[in-house]
Amino acid sequence: MNNLYLQLFLTFSKIGAFTFGGGWAMISIIQREIVEKHKWIELEDFLDLLAVAQSMPGILAVNISVVIGDRLKGIKGSICAAIGTILPSFLMILAIAIFLTPDTIKNNAIVSRIFKGIRPAVVALIIAPVLTTARSAGINWKTVIIPVAVALLIYSKIPYISNPIIYIVLGAFGGYLYYLHSLLKGNHHNGKEATDA
Amino acid sequence: MLENYLKLIWAYLKIGLFGFGGGYAMLSLIQREVVDSGWITSQMFTDIVAISQMTPGPIGINSATYIGYVVTGSVLGSLVTTLTVVLPPFILTLIAAHYIDRHRQSPFIKGAFMGLRPVVVGLIASAALLLMNSENFGYETNERLITIAICIASFCIVYFTRIHPILVIILAGIAGLLVF
Repeated sequence: MNNLYLQLFLTFSKIGAFTFGGGWAMISIIQREIVEKHKWIELEDFLDLLAVAQSMPGILAVNISVVIGDRLKGIKGSICAAIGTILPSFLMILAIAIFLTPDTIKNNAIVSRIFKGIRPAVVALIIAPVLTTARSAGINWKTVIIPVAVALLIYSKIPYISNPIIYIVLGAFGGYLYYLHSLLKGNHHNGKEATDA
Repeated sequence: MLENYLKLIWAYLKIGLFGFGGGYAMLSLIQREVVDSGWITSQMFTDIVAISQMTPGPIGINSATYIGYVVTGSVLGSLVTTLTVVLPPFILTLIAAHYIDRHRQSPFIKGAFMGLRPVVVGLIASAALLLMNSENFGYETNERLITIAICIASFCIVYFTRIHPILVIILAGIAGLLVF
């Protein structure tokens, strides 16, 4: 039974070592490993845990491994699973940091030319999800002011105003108030309808 | 020496605690902490994002590992920074997991995430805007024309086809090698 700790570690280090692109790309692979292959957790349970992991800040892939490790083996299980997720990329990036230093990128003629081509592509890779997340968030001509204002204020580099944390807190708090407001309005409306009928 | 460690820990505590909306949304947060504080240049930041895209694992962890090493010059610094970005969410997630039933229909969480969605779009857009500079696109007109062309072409490939982003980075790297 002790084996399950090791299995958690190995399963998540496999997922960590072979999944490119972070959290969202990892979800389907984690589901396949945890729900379908090992049958550690029922699908419904997995989706509930996923919702918890998503509602917490930080790195989604790590959060998922924490909730699954915890469900199976408590805190120790979650530590094993989280270390499994982190370790492969930690070792790989550490090796890269040691050998591919900023000076190497700058001073090696070939590497420097390769990165000159890569940098504008990286910017493109970040522009693309702006549009896809805008669509999935249901942004329209009325609400587009929010992302535009947030982007420009952060870009402005004005002290304090340009801090992204402000907009994360404002967005979460504003959304909470709006939801509360619509909930109260909805209840009031329903109540009125009931008395009218 | 110790000051560097404390600064790294403070920066990555914030990144871990306020990192909502996935890797791309965390970029502007990371950028603010590590580029604006003068640890690395905007160009190096872009390079780290590229390296992170081409290696497995989330950008939040990858940037912590890389920057922890670059700033302190030691494996310990890299380890401390990586653990720092993971620890606060680890604790919060663990607590949340134990209150799952109370949590599920919580209007707080539901409303907060509704409000976060448009903000996340803005966060990603700001990360893209901040990287559109001479360090990444070159200082001379000729160089800029080429890099803008690479950017537009890469965008079209990523947005309109199902070709994997890693392949796009490799192609852009080959283009850079041939052109520059």
